Amino acid sequence: MKLDKRLLGLLGAERWLMLLIGGVSLAAAILIVLQARLLSRILTAVFLQGQDLNAAALWLISLLLVGALRAGAAGGVEVISGWLAVKVKESLRRTLLNRLLDGGPAYIRQENSGEVSNTFTNGVEALDAYYSQYLPQLVIAAITPLTVLLAVFPLDWLSGLIFLLTAPLIPIFMVLIGKGSESITRRQWQALSRMSAFFLDTLQGLKELKQWNRSRGHAERISRVSEDYRRKTMGVLRVTFLSAFVLEMVATISTAVVAVQIGLRLLYGLMQFEQAFVVLLLAPEFYQPLRLLGQRFHAGMSGVSAANRIFALLDSLPTRADSAGRKDLTFKSGDLIRFENVCFQYHHRETAALKGINFEIRSGEMLALVGNSGSGKTTIAHLLMGFIQPQQGRIWINQHSLEEIDLLKWRQQIAWVGQRPYIMNGTLRDNLLLAAPQAGESELQMAIRQAKLEEVIARLPEGLGALLGEEGAKFSSGEIQRLALARAFLKNAPIIILDEPTAHLDAALERILEESIRSLCAGRTVLMIAHRLPTVMRADRILVLRDGQVVEEGNHSQLIQENGYYASLVRGYGGRA
Amino acid sequence: MKTILRLLGFLKPFWGWVVLSVVLSATTVFAGIGLLGTSADLIARAALQPGIAPLQVSIVGVRFFGISRAFLRYLERLVSHSVNFRLLAQLRVWFYGRLEPLAPAKLQDHRSGDILQRAIGDIETLENFYVRVIAPPLSAILVTAGMGWFVGLVDWRVGVALAGGLLAGGGGLSLLAYWIGQKLGAAHVRQKAHLNAEMVGIFQGITDIIAYSQEKNIREGVVSSLTAVSRTQRRLALGSGIVNGLMIFLTNLTLVLVLWFAIPLVNGGALEGYQLPVLAMLTLASFEAVNSLPQAAQLLRGNLESAQRLFEISDQPPAVIEPSHPLEAPAVHDTRLEISHLTFTYPGRPLPTLNEISLSLLPGRKIAVVGESGAGKSTLVQLLLRYWDYDEGEILLNGVDYKKMDTISIRRFLGVVSAAPYLFSASVRQNLLIVRPDADEQELFRAIQLAGLSEWLSALPNGLETWIGEHGQLLSGGERQRLAVARAFLSQAPFILLDEPTAGLDSLNEILLMRTILSLFKERGVLWITHRLIEMDQMDEIIVLQNGRIIERGNHHRLLTAGGVYAGLWQAQQRVLWSAGPELLV
Repeated sequence: MKLDKRLLGLLGAERWLMLLIGGVSLAAAILIVLQARLLSRILTAVFLQGQDLNAAALWLISLLLVGALRAGAAGGVEVISGWLAVKVKESLRRTLLNRLLDGGPAYIRQENSGEVSNTFTNGVEALDAYYSQYLPQLVIAAITPLTVLLAVFPLDWLSGLIFLLTAPLIPIFMVLIGKGSESITRRQWQALSRMSAFFLDTLQGLKELKQWNRSRGHAERISRVSEDYRRKTMGVLRVTFLSAFVLEMVATISTAVVAVQIGLRLLYGLMQFEQAFVVLLLAPEFYQPLRLLGQRFHAGMSGVSAANRIFALLDSLPTRADSAGRKDLTFKSGDLIRFENVCFQYHHRETAALKGINFEIRSGEMLALVGNSGSGKTTIAHLLMGFIQPQQGRIWINQHSLEEIDLLKWRQQIAWVGQRPYIMNGTLRDNLLLAAPQAGESELQMAIRQAKLEEVIARLPEGLGALLGEEGAKFSSGEIQRLALARAFLKNAPIIILDEPTAHLDAALERILEESIRSLCAGRTVLMIAHRLPTVMRADRILVLRDGQVVEEGNHSQLIQENGYYASLVRGYGGRA
Repeated sequence: MKTILRLLGFLKPFWGWVVLSVVLSATTVFAGIGLLGTSADLIARAALQPGIAPLQVSIVGVRFFGISRAFLRYLERLVSHSVNFRLLAQLRVWFYGRLEPLAPAKLQDHRSGDILQRAIGDIETLENFYVRVIAPPLSAILVTAGMGWFVGLVDWRVGVALAGGLLAGGGGLSLLAYWIGQKLGAAHVRQKAHLNAEMVGIFQGITDIIAYSQEKNIREGVVSSLTAVSRTQRRLALGSGIVNGLMIFLTNLTLVLVLWFAIPLVNGGALEGYQLPVLAMLTLASFEAVNSLPQAAQLLRGNLESAQRLFEISDQPPAVIEPSHPLEAPAVHDTRLEISHLTFTYPGRPLPTLNEISLSLLPGRKIAVVGESGAGKSTLVQLLLRYWDYDEGEILLNGVDYKKMDTISIRRFLGVVSAAPYLFSASVRQNLLIVRPDADEQELFRAIQLAGLSEWLSALPNGLETWIGEHGQLLSGGERQRLAVARAFLSQAPFILLDEPTAGLDSLNEILLMRTILSLFKERGVLWITHRLIEMDQMDEIIVLQNGRIIERGNHHRLLTAGGVYAGLWQAQQRVLWSAGPELLV
């Protein structure tokens, strides 16, 4: 129920559209009643009063007119509902986008970026049925039967009573059976997604299956799994379809009962045909919205399960305090960055990523972070860029805590080179200038030379104007690395944070990158997440991390002499080469 | 149309069920019409107060239809869903059967992961093909014909008016819906795909975006994509509102027309007065049969697109055609794999990827194939695994030409460790048993131990039964490769193909893995594809490929002293590796 409230809350400023849906539905319901009365009038006039087409013509035209209005109202409700859903989805996506950008890289980690974008696009889309079908039908199911009831009672209170007594049976049965079948349905749904996953796994691993000569027998297994699934599901459906059966039964039996009892009263002259026929015409109209609600309830529920994922994502994201107006600090030679007892734990993680880290980087120094994945290297980089704040401890820039500093201005002093650089849809020039929008042509050319990007550009017919990204040219991973380096040269920031590429590159390409990285680091303050031995060996100081703690610190020869963890790593590699 | 017929072909094995479900579906609608028709008949005749006796039949009719409709609906849903699941199973098995010979050669060019993901989605879309696309129009045709005929008994013009109204509603509005879908649906799909790609890019590059303070630009870009999607969705909603409104209007129009033709008949005495309300009620009730057709038409469009995509994949010819009378490789004492003058050009490429390659592999022999990326190294492995058919030269397994053998019997001789081995979302045990389902416990543990995974295994919560996550994502890069090595060891194949088995590992780890591999397969024939020159002195022969040709061959020391391309590569790598200076070497 709380969830429903939150979903309703998403209506926000569009709440008035729900009122509009209610108003138009009411108009449609009144037109339904009017239509029934008109039709009954015409039939009575011809059948019992012997009137001809000339006399009925005007009535028939009015009937057509009312029908047209009703059609317009019903179509209108659908259009408004659709637009409402569109509005809600769009504003939810805007909120999500803002919060995701606020949360930044610490909350969208490489490994779940696919899941996050899936929630953003498909997850939000799944809410459509809730807003465009379920909610409006809830309104219609309240308004139409009530209007019909109000019209029927003055005509024939007994039929009205039958409607009134049977109507609640539909939602009651719906809830009763729905409750029981809900867990069955959910389990069934899980079985279905497991089966899809099995199928996908098989297709994706086809090469492996083939390699080991297991691929041909697998068709039989797929057939067996599917058949098994069909049998089980049919067993479940036999039960879940009972709910629809009962609803159908209530509606048809009630109509039959109404028909028979008014028929008998007509027979004994206790009732007029005109009124009786109106009641009969209205009977299906009375039950129809309730039955439709039952169907749309399921559509709405699939949206609700999507909503769970969306809200979970939203709740995991922080709302970031604006750092504008804080201290503006320039990092100069002689300055010092200091991590003092820094602890950090990610949301929903059992263990802390960093457990009391202490170290310093002096200006002009190159510090290499070494350790297995998960040891906390990336977290340190994110902390220094202000993407996340330590839960304990401080990060000092000289005598100022990072918390007092304007983060946007701080980040302008850092050039970040990651493993998977962002390529936006646009030209190569746009992609380079992303790092420094004001850079002039000569600076751009200089950066291209320094990153050894000239030969790549020379190969492209459009040169710097070549399109990149989704619709543009695809760059190799080595070329993308060079692009990222060119960005860093262009930004010309005093601090470099570099996540060294691990991808295997040709020796020749590796050398080109190596040289560029070296010239980028020269004279700057560098924090390097290192993966390759030569880089580590060149660092002024090495910080060896293990499970969020610094286990060793020093330069290469010091650490070799200490003969600890680092030394064992190096020996394992260098002994033979 | 051809696509529809092909899709219908899948229903053939259970066409009896198909017919039954269509008949049940039409009968359900008829029962609804019957309920309202007999009710109208009862009330109208009762108004004439003829006494209870003539009304008995109508009363029974009302009760009969009232009860039977719910039963019929229940049965209809069961049967049609059963047809659905059969169809789904049929499609899956068919698609797998078609894909199997194509993999991996024909699935390499595309971004195969995406294609497969989409194929699965397409098959699931087609799951609804029968219940929501094929069955409703068939049952609507039955109802339209039946009711047109029945009402036409009164007067042909009345019958034509009703059938015409149903046809306009079911047929005309479906065409309209289909047309709207074609106009807007394609754009909608494209815009959503674009948004998705955009978001994936943004979330993957989020660090760069924030680090370079690009939030504002990103926000503007996404908002404009969102606006485009919203605009299309609003138009789609408008379209579906118009179609449904028109359906209601058509129902009324048909009613008025029927009355228009019928009223003079009543006046003229050709039609009993009490039959007029029945006629009106039958008209209104008949439209239940066509109400859902526009929606079916919209689904049809998506279904056809899905089917076309699937057919496009499945209709490709396989890269290797199996011989009709395959030979077995003779079981000889000295197993050998010989390649002579092998030349291969990828379809559509101007130049051969491999040119005049000759080598021979025996158990116990270690051959490394080195060269820059693009030199043709991986292609060699693919030809040996018979993923592609070669153009010239021959590959002989124990003296028998590959082209004369069944691929299954060829692969029995080959074990592989590739750069990115695929791990199934299953237990450790199941991932190993893929290679040899009959391997016993002891063999499994031995393979794990030799691959250097004993410590890792003992730390797992459920040992061999531990689930390794989707695509083995609970394993680190090194563990994945070692598991693949254990697989290859388990296979007992006499020849092991190593296709850059250490790619993706950091340099501190790769050498350890290579040592494990080389000692593990000491007695087997090893062909190792690599561009990293480590452990080269362990090789019996090193083959240097450049642009698909062998330009140098020999052992490590010979090649170094020769001072050719290999020596150059070696020195380049040494410079990178040890650029910090040899004095730091331990």
